[in-house]
Formats: sequence, structure tokens, C-alpha cells
Amino acid sequence: MNPADPADPTPVPGETDGKFGRYGGQYVPEALMPAIEELTDAYERYVLENQDGFMDEFRRCLREFGGRPTPLQHAERLSDRYDRDVYLKREDLLHGGAHKLNNALGQVLLAKYMGKERVIAETGAGQHGTATAMAAAHLDMPCEVYMGERDINRQRPNVFRMTLNGATVTPVTAGRGTLKEAISETMRDWAGSVEDTHYVIGSVVGPHPFPAMVRDFQSVVSEEARRQALETIGELPTDVVACAGGGSNTMGSFAAFLEDERVSLHAVEAGGADLSIDEAAGVAPNSASLYAGEEGVLHGARTKLLQDAHGQIVESHSVSAGLDYAGVGPELAHLVDEGRVTPAAVDDDQALEAFHLLSRTEGIIPALESAHALAYLEDVAGPDADADAGGGNGTADQEADALGETVVVTVSGRGDKDLETVIEETADRDIDGAPDMSAFTGGI
Amino acid sequence: MTEPTADRETDVAAADREAEAVTADRETDAATATGNSEAIARAFADGPAYVPYLAVGDPDYESSLEYVEALERGGADLIELGLPFSEPIAEGPTIQGAVVRALEGGMTPDRFFEFVEDLDVDVPLVCMTYYNLIYQWGDAEGPRPFVERAADAGLEGFVVPDLPAEEADPLRDACDEFGLDLVFIVAPTTEGDRLDRIMSRVSGYVYVQARLGTTGAQDDVSDHTAASLDRLREYDVPKAVGFGISSGEHAERIVEAGADGIIVGSALVDIVAAGVESDRSTEAVADQLESLSRELVEGADRGYQARSSVADSR
Repeated sequence: MNPADPADPTPVPGETDGKFGRYGGQYVPEALMPAIEELTDAYERYVLENQDGFMDEFRRCLREFGGRPTPLQHAERLSDRYDRDVYLKREDLLHGGAHKLNNALGQVLLAKYMGKERVIAETGAGQHGTATAMAAAHLDMPCEVYMGERDINRQRPNVFRMTLNGATVTPVTAGRGTLKEAISETMRDWAGSVEDTHYVIGSVVGPHPFPAMVRDFQSVVSEEARRQALETIGELPTDVVACAGGGSNTMGSFAAFLEDERVSLHAVEAGGADLSIDEAAGVAPNSASLYAGEEGVLHGARTKLLQDAHGQIVESHSVSAGLDYAGVGPELAHLVDEGRVTPAAVDDDQALEAFHLLSRTEGIIPALESAHALAYLEDVAGPDADADAGGGNGTADQEADALGETVVVTVSGRGDKDLETVIEETADRDIDGAPDMSAFTGGI
Repeated sequence: MTEPTADRETDVAAADREAEAVTADRETDAATATGNSEAIARAFADGPAYVPYLAVGDPDYESSLEYVEALERGGADLIELGLPFSEPIAEGPTIQGAVVRALEGGMTPDRFFEFVEDLDVDVPLVCMTYYNLIYQWGDAEGPRPFVERAADAGLEGFVVPDLPAEEADPLRDACDEFGLDLVFIVAPTTEGDRLDRIMSRVSGYVYVQARLGTTGAQDDVSDHTAASLDRLREYDVPKAVGFGISSGEHAERIVEAGADGIIVGSALVDIVAAGVESDRSTEAVADQLESLSRELVEGADRGYQARSSVADSR
């Protein structure tokens, strides 16, 4: 090993862990390192080795409180539209309405096993905060959730739900007031409270062991989907499609299929308004870190980031608050580099169109995050798809033959939380089949 | 360490000899740290070191130059210059505010190096920043180009709060190549093997975090400090205590407890912030920075004298 070469992924034995190729690691203030070492030890004992029956209790919680397994549903109209079998993995039917509960339950339960007295979390769309608040109420643990002020304004129903479940919601006003700032603020809280507090990170991001641990808690999604596909289709799907922000839904949807090399895995990012980065303004009008990002270090890990030439992190954008983050999980970045996962991007317009399409054709109102995954189908296999390349601002390798005959799409959450955003955003656009709300007044 | 004295510019040759002796000790003892920068060794060789911090470019380039120079007039032995990063996760609201002002004022790593070259100060300068900026600078991958440029500009070392010792080998190697020190932070929660691991890699001085949490001026000095200094006693490297020091009295107590230096950031940044808010002149803010610096230096010297007289009476 050449220690001067950061590209060399070989860890120092017994010292560095949690690397995915060149990504991952533990880049955090020293005050947090003992807590991270304690968590790593707990992760290895309880999650990996099932000490004290931790994983048995976790699975029981998921079943009895969470309502697992969620269905793998054959979507008739989408299958007709795209001329292939489309199956929806219905994480929107999980308690709380999103896949986020899998991880939140796992981490809050782990915090209890570790003897912690309080959990803190950050949230973007509010789904992770809601899931953590629910899990904390269920497991009788005090909970504080940091949320960007801007996100509080665009996700009020979830703020109310967190409060209903007894959590304290603390607004973060720094920067643009979104997930990135909320994560930094939660890390600051943790730096001062590590002795009795566990930080429930909401995605496969952050320092080791979080990316691996969150993936393990979320992998129940693909474990079920894989089993259900074998039972109902009689074989594995040709493709799995999932939206990617931080990447917890993506890794959860892909984990059990990683060894099945003939299953193609598609991570769909938020292309926002444009896939470029405006360095002068310090803004990326997208959240496509896998596409537009460069390798760097943020929030505890080396991964792909939206940043300017100096390494300053730029503000990301997506119509979906849950995807609006300037980084992505290190394992997902690695899997893309390795060619195992194919990244794609759809823009805000495409996501909104898919939101309306699924609502109208299948009777399922998806989260705006999930609508990105569905928009990818429309982009590469819909009636207007280019024979050679994807439409919209889609990416060059979004080709029409990108998908095989049986496609599993994860509906990561339900769209109730997004209705105010969708009303507002739809009013500015000409979307086929979107309801005309101009005759109605008042909020939801 | 020599006796405290009013004349802080004492015999440099003696300090050099001491630094060489320290270096020789370090080379023969694996448990002690190595130091690359003689200037940093000298800063700690002559009584307690006053180590102030300011974010470079806060609130603008020209004022910031004046402010850093005022710190030296106030008695700084070594200055930590903050290179602003957009996500300063180890910092509290005070320094976070400074970082935002500096970035909005157009501070970049290139401007930072120009700033270091424009500064008219004689004390050693250390760059405090986050790893992504170091890693991204220049065309070649990795931290080496940044370190080379920093050495050219005259910097003597780095403090990188989000780079734990385990991930620091590439930066440490570059620092060794160009003769710079890499300072690590030790928290109140750092103990046992982890402490050994950090202390085996630290160079220049160790930044002793006085309490848990993020940076920020405090009304009192944490009990964690004495315990942390006790744990570090066996390591032969200067121990500079930071986080929460805002008055001469704090400085006195911390040095009396055994610190070789005090690191002060937020209390100074507060002066800059208040100046921005009340639209005070650069000169007036600089005078205030100099004045608080003198108070801190005097406090530190009192603490050192108290410590020395206790030692003498034994």
C-alpha cells in the first residue's frame, strides 16, 4: 500500500474501516470519534452478529409496528404503457408512508440497546424525521429533529406529524435552510451530546458505520422484492429502478440484487432544472451528485459531491425536498464507478408528470422522490421516448432499450406530504391530465 | 520550557537549541511527537503561547489583514488562519457566521494564499480548514499541491478538524515533505489507544479541546480541561487548549492547569461580528482585537507564574 495515494483503497489494518473502493471512511471532528467507535462496535455486535436477539426484535418491530412485508404489485396500466411487466415495490404502504421507517426503527432500537437516552435526527422532506419520531414514540425515546427552515415551510404536514409523535422540531436557518444545513447542525448537536445521544442519520451517508448500517436496515426492501419476484414471476426481474438522493432507498432496493449480475440496477437522480453547476452563484440547479458531482469529503465520508472548483459545497435543488442534497452515499458512488449501478437523471418537469401519471392510472399518489424513478420509465420506454436516447434533460445513456422485460420500481413513499408543492409547481406547468385547481381556493 | 518573562522575544538561539533538543528527543522516543516547523517549536518554547484564530476574509480582505496584524501587536505567538469552508461542522454559530461573511466576500483558497503572502507579521501561521478544500486544490489529486502552495506562502502547519488521524496519512506525508506540522485535536472523550494513535501522529502542538461540542466563547472554563491535560502529561509535545476561552481569567486558569498555550477564536470573531453589526471602523475593531489579545496574554502569563511558583515551592 502507498499511504500517500488516497486512491489506494487498502485500509490500514485495524484502524480504518468502512471503505467502498475509494469512497467512505470517517471524516469527522475528533469529539465524535469515540461515539463512532462505540457505534461501530454496536453495529458489529447487534446488527451483524444478532447479539441479544437484536435483529430478531428489529424484524418483529418491522412486521408488527411497520406492517411488513409490503406488497410487490403488478402495475397493469404502466405495464401496458411501457410494453413490459412493471412491478411496484410498495414502500408507500409501510407505516408512516415511506421506506424511511425501516432505518429509523433499526437505529432507535439500536440506541436503546446501546443504553442511549435520547435520539436526534435531521430531515429534508420530513419523511426521515417523521419515521424517527414515530419509532422514538413507539420505543419510548426522547427525540429532537433538525429541519431546514425552507423545508419546514414546504413540508408542513410532516412537521405536524413529528410534533404529534412527541418530537421537538428545531428549525435550521443557516445557509439555504435545507437538508445539508440540517445535517451539519445535527452533527454539531451530537458533538456536544455524544455521551447520551444517538444520531439517527437518515440515509446511507455520513461516517462509517452509517452507510453500511443504514443499507443493512433498508435491505429488507430488496430482500422482500427478490423473494416476491421469485414467488410471483418465477424468476428475478430484469431491472430494478429506484430514485437516489442520499441513497437509502436506492441501496435498500438494490442490496439483495447486487450479486445477481443479470439484474440491471438503475439509480435515478433529481436532474432538477438543469444538470450543470453554476459555480459563480454557488448553486447546482439539480441534486445529481452521481452525474454532476466530483469526489470530495463531506459530512463524514469521501463520496461524490456537488461542489465548485475550490471544493466549496454548492446548494443543490430538486422539486423533491427528499432528494435535495449535495452528496450521495459512498457505496452507491462506488457501485456506479464499478459499473454495477447505472445512474440516470430526470428533471423536475418529468418527475411532476410522472407524479400525475401514476396517480391517474394506478390510483397511487407517489412521493415526488418516487416520481423520479417512475419518470425514468417514461423517459426511456414511454410513448414519446426517443428510439435512441432519453428525452428531457435525461442523460446520454438513458437509451430506449435500457430496460428489460420485467421491471421493479420502488415507490419509496406516498405523496401526501408533497401535495402543497405539487399544487404550486403544477400551476406553473402544462402537465397533461393534471387537475385544474384554479376553481378551488384555500390550502390543504 | 523556559521561565516566563515580560520579554517574549528572548534568546532565539537558545530556543533553537531547545527545539533541536526536542526534535532529537522525538526521534529517539516513539511515544513523543515529531515536529517539522522550528518556528512553531519556538512559539511554545518561551512561556505560554497565545494562539489566536480569525477567519480569513471576515468581513473583507483588507480589514482581515488589519485584524490579523493587530493580533500580533497584541502578543500572538502563533496565529491560526481560518480558510473558510461552506460546511464547517466543528464550528459553532460565531465562527460559522464569520465563514459565511468571508465566503460572501469572495474568499477562496487562492485568495487565502495571497492573503498569507500579503500579511506583515513575524509569528508562525497555521492554516485551519476542512479537508475537502485541501484535497481539491490544484490539478493533481490529493493534498500535496495544497501543502506545497502553503509552504511557498509561508505557512507552518495545518489544523483540519474533520480529518481524524486514521485518514491523515496522505496529508501528513505531504507535510513532512515540505516541513510543515499537522496538528490534531484531542477531545475530552479521547482516551486510551485512540489517544496514543493520535499522539503518535501529531506534530507541532496538540490542540486540546476544552469541552465537548463546537467552538464558541463560554462564560466559564470546563472541568474537562484539567482532566485532558492530565491525560496528555506523558506526551512530550506542546499542549494548546482551545474552545471557550474568552477572557484573561480563563487564560490564567487554563495555563495554571498546565497548558502550554491557549487558542482563542470565537471571542475574537465576536469582536469582528460586532464591528460589522454596528458598522465600526476597521481601526476601532483592530484596537479591540489587540486589547483583548493583551488581556489574554497577561492572563496566560499570570497563570504560568502561578504554576511556576507552585513548582518552585515543592
